[in-house]
Amino acid sequence: MGHRQRRELLGKLFEGIALAATVFGLLVLAFLLLDVARRGLGVLSWSFLTSYPSRFPEQAGIRSALLGTIWVMALTALFAVPLGVAAAIYLEEYAPRNQLTRLIELNINNLAGVPSIIYGLLGLELFVRALRLERSILAGALTLSLLVLPILIAASREALRAVPMSLREAAFALGATRWQVIRHQVLPVAFPGILTGMILALSRAIGETAPLITIGALTFIAFDPRSPFDKFTVLPIQIFNWVSRPQAGFHARAAGAILVLLAVLLSMNGLAIYLRYRLQRRYQW
Amino acid sequence: MAARWREWGELAVQALLFFAAMVSVFTTIGIVAVLLVEALPFFQQVSLKEFLLDPQWTPLFAQKHFGIMPLVAGTFLTSAVALALAMPVGMLSAVYLSEYASPRVRAVLKPALELLAGVPTVVYGYFALLTVTPLLKRIIPDLETFNALSAGLTMGVMIIPLISSLSEDALYAVPSSLREAAYALGATRLEVAVRVVIPAALSGIAASFILAASRAVGETMIVAIAAGQRPTLTLDPRRAIETMTAYIVQVSLGDTPHGTLEFRTIFAVGLVLFLITLVLNLIAMRIIERYREVYR
Repeated sequence: MGHRQRRELLGKLFEGIALAATVFGLLVLAFLLLDVARRGLGVLSWSFLTSYPSRFPEQAGIRSALLGTIWVMALTALFAVPLGVAAAIYLEEYAPRNQLTRLIELNINNLAGVPSIIYGLLGLELFVRALRLERSILAGALTLSLLVLPILIAASREALRAVPMSLREAAFALGATRWQVIRHQVLPVAFPGILTGMILALSRAIGETAPLITIGALTFIAFDPRSPFDKFTVLPIQIFNWVSRPQAGFHARAAGAILVLLAVLLSMNGLAIYLRYRLQRRYQW
Repeated sequence: MAARWREWGELAVQALLFFAAMVSVFTTIGIVAVLLVEALPFFQQVSLKEFLLDPQWTPLFAQKHFGIMPLVAGTFLTSAVALALAMPVGMLSAVYLSEYASPRVRAVLKPALELLAGVPTVVYGYFALLTVTPLLKRIIPDLETFNALSAGLTMGVMIIPLISSLSEDALYAVPSSLREAAYALGATRLEVAVRVVIPAALSGIAASFILAASRAVGETMIVAIAAGQRPTLTLDPRRAIETMTAYIVQVSLGDTPHGTLEFRTIFAVGLVLFLITLVLNLIAMRIIERYREVYR
């Protein structure tokens, strides 16, 4: 075998290893999903979805956790989306290139890397204690809003940046003010991208556990939350609670709840892909 | 008159938008203020020397010790295990995606890999405790039920896409003229990747490693579920340990009253965690900024 051939062979070998490394993570993920499905599918039933948690694994369900998740997500979207989009509009369309703008940008980048449990400590002191919201849905949603804000801002900025400058210039030429240009021309075109970012941010928030534990959400909830000031639990916390118990019955319940959580996450991501596809086609120029 | 109103409206909108952008700055100020306000009284009672040098962490016991080293050691241990898995695997897949995969394969594999990062960490925790640990126990019989090894390995799987995605961006940004020059000299694809492209993208790759380390240090649920609650000054990954984040979870779950020295420990620990990740993030951001300037 010649020198060149040996080098080529080595290259082929490396390509194989690199491919194996690439699919390694995916195989682990597939294995994990199969493993959870094997343990959790038997648990899934209507009564699992509609029963409150219980000391007895056979009776325990995720009703309060599911309702809590819906409540927290709805409020988080309500707070975080307008705030994130507004911040993105400011940074893309208004901000002068100066020190303050640079500081804001640096700050957002850095916040994206702050561990989520630190947000929990902030939420505990600021929302639970200083604003006296107690361990309420509202305190949880506010905490998660701050947590996902950097993701939302980044995604919205990207969507705004993708809007062609000619569109803005055309509107300005007709005498529109800056806000009119943004409101009537830029935002509609950027909407699919913003929507995708919003779903991305919410799917991050939906899996968050640590900050909600820190603000004190882990409670045995055997009633339906009815207002933003009620105590609450969410799916990931219910899963954590069940995983932490020694009985195998609860572990199966945890697997069942994971399947529900992943189903919710998957349908959200599916929706994001679908919406982006549908809405993007309308605005082609 | 109408024009005047329109101007005022424009200004009001701009002010509102500016305020929204400033929320992030307020958030940072809030985080720093909260950590300092609660941690400073802690340091009035516990000396910095004890905090940094005492080899024991037992704030919830009768015999109290406030040495953060065991928590730092636990955090370091799980992060090191995670990085030992994620750095080579993430790096290899970055090279594959950037240098080998056809555009179509890349378009499928890259988002598929990013799915890994979208799985909630509590699910990874379940996986670490109930699947990985029993599997590892067959190979390592004296593995403890809660251990740093399976928590770290699972966390490694979670951060693979962070490394592969960012490193791939860095590799992909290397100008193709460099590759072509190497091919013209008779180099094989592997030689081009290893001797030309990777060295050229080294700063971006380093930044991805640092960001991954920061993520590992701050990760909470996997270690809270699978690594244990025993602060131990050890480098043996088979043993139960406790990380800084897992300790904060432990206290949050308990009934330690707010305002006590014991409760304030979580803010002192949080402050250390915040500082470590801040330094790592700043270094990574610095590197990324510099490397962007080189190629544009």
